[in-house]
Amino acid sequence: MRTMTSRAAESAKAQAGPGASTSPAGGPAGRGGGRKRSMGVQNLAGWLFSTPFLVLFLVFMAFPIIATLVMSFTDFGLRNVTHPLDAEFIGFDNYVKLFGDEKFLKSLFNTAYFVVVGVPLTIGLGLVVAVLLNNGIDRARTFFRVGFYAPVVTTIVAVAVVWRFVLDPSDGLIAGLFSEVGLTAPDFLGSETLAMPSMIAMAVWRNLGTVMVLFIAGLQAIPTEVREAARLDGAGAWQEFKGITVPLLRPTLLYATVITTIGYLNVFEEPFVMTQGGPSDSTLTVSLNMYREGFNFFHMGYASAMAYVLFVVIMGITVLQLRLLKDNTK
Amino acid sequence: MSATRAPGAVPTAPVKKSPRSGGGAKRVLVYVLLSLGLLVMSAPFLWMAVSAFKTQTDLSASPPVWLPTEWTLENFRNLLDKLDLPLYFMNSVIVAVLVTVSNLVFCSMLGYALAKLNFAGRNKIFGLVLGALMVPGNLMLLPLFVLMSKLQLIDSYAGLVLPFAAGAFGVFLMRQFMQSIPDELLEAARMDGAGEWYIFWRIVMPLVKPALATLSIFTFLGSWNNFVWPLIATNDPDKYTLPVALATFATDPNKAGGSNGMLMAGAFLIVLPVLVVFIALQRHFTQGIATAGMK
Repeated sequence: MRTMTSRAAESAKAQAGPGASTSPAGGPAGRGGGRKRSMGVQNLAGWLFSTPFLVLFLVFMAFPIIATLVMSFTDFGLRNVTHPLDAEFIGFDNYVKLFGDEKFLKSLFNTAYFVVVGVPLTIGLGLVVAVLLNNGIDRARTFFRVGFYAPVVTTIVAVAVVWRFVLDPSDGLIAGLFSEVGLTAPDFLGSETLAMPSMIAMAVWRNLGTVMVLFIAGLQAIPTEVREAARLDGAGAWQEFKGITVPLLRPTLLYATVITTIGYLNVFEEPFVMTQGGPSDSTLTVSLNMYREGFNFFHMGYASAMAYVLFVVIMGITVLQLRLLKDNTK
Repeated sequence: MSATRAPGAVPTAPVKKSPRSGGGAKRVLVYVLLSLGLLVMSAPFLWMAVSAFKTQTDLSASPPVWLPTEWTLENFRNLLDKLDLPLYFMNSVIVAVLVTVSNLVFCSMLGYALAKLNFAGRNKIFGLVLGALMVPGNLMLLPLFVLMSKLQLIDSYAGLVLPFAAGAFGVFLMRQFMQSIPDELLEAARMDGAGEWYIFWRIVMPLVKPALATLSIFTFLGSWNNFVWPLIATNDPDKYTLPVALATFATDPNKAGGSNGMLMAGAFLIVLPVLVVFIALQRHFTQGIATAGMK
């Protein structure tokens, strides 16, 4: 591909070269002269085209990433918002404090719970729906795909408000279903044991569509001949799924797992709107904890340390997942 | 709705395209399972929609009534009395439009440079873009807030827009699409004396319109649904975006704590436009996700 296009460019130049020399007055041909010049122009243009992004990136991303790290080694507090340079360097104190902080450990546990239960459910159900949609459904495929994907595009805050009502033990949708069969609905969001599973249910409901779309694209990339060959060899549906679909879907599976995990490790809006972290911190996630420490109590140095611990966890898990899933393909 | 419609479609569905078209019973099962799934998926939306039109009596009935005994607009009226939705709607629109336009321009520019310009440092910049894709937004919030306070941009549109004015995802997407433009075309334009800026605006941008459409949809929606940063970057209720306004309203027991009707009306008004736009443009959504995921 690359050699082909550069060869074509070469020949285009060869053709244009003599033409330009025979008619020096031929319009704005001055630019076309010489490879060296065009390289210089491209070098300059390349940097000029990159500048806006790079400036925004440096100021609003690179600088804050580094600043968070620096802040995490200081006692950055409310007064430092106006006088950042007065913050005092306290070494690893914030990090040491974090791992003796029961609230933080609890938020770490809650986040892990959310990820460990939520990710397999999201990936599994997304895969099931994608496989169903890829089997014998033609005309209605778009209809179903739109239906399953719709929660992805809706505003999370509005949806969390709706779910709060859906789960309401006295006048919510679920309460209605329970009473239809003569039962009383539990107080999902008010119960220490049920609040987190309820939130996971909502997250699965909301994110299944993204995963489904990825899997549909992956499934459609599997050549029909491979399936047909397997079926001629007498493979049943399950064998075909295990022997062909899953292995050939592995790159998609990997990508879907990684982005879902990263998303769930950062979970914030759901507990913020639905439970505010309660009851008794049972839905307090790391991100919500960080937000509170940082923006409600203005313990910004401490919150920065939390942000970095979460970041390191995310990086570690991502690398681990990439390794594990890559190894499995061999 | 779906549960009754979908199985009815079975006999008329064409038999050819699908890799496994045989087995009528199996297809019925597939349709039944999908329809059940779809019912579960749409239940919260349906509940929101009917509840928004219920009277206070219906809303607090226990066990709940499924459909309103009397349809009313009272919830919408109360909500609009208490919450200046048009203001928040405009704030959301202004921020989302600014974010979208700046992403289209800046991401395309860098995308073009990465895909089509041969310059020193190109690979390093691309590495930077890929790295930026992986960094969680939470990592930047605290210093960003301090920075914006120092710049006095808290409670300003600039403060809401600037951190999202050029995203790595957009660069990646535009680069992928621009790579498929033949080099010969650009080379020919250069031969004719066209400058890079002219080539970018007049040749490349018109050719990548589908990608621009996908990027606009994703960026607009991302901004529309964004919550954490607007929550942090606004203190003045006049600058709230829709999600921040709704969340503040919903979590404050003095405001709407007890009124599910108002909250459902609010959710309805925020979710409905998004759903309508999504259904109209759904092809771009699913293609965009798939493109970003496959490459």
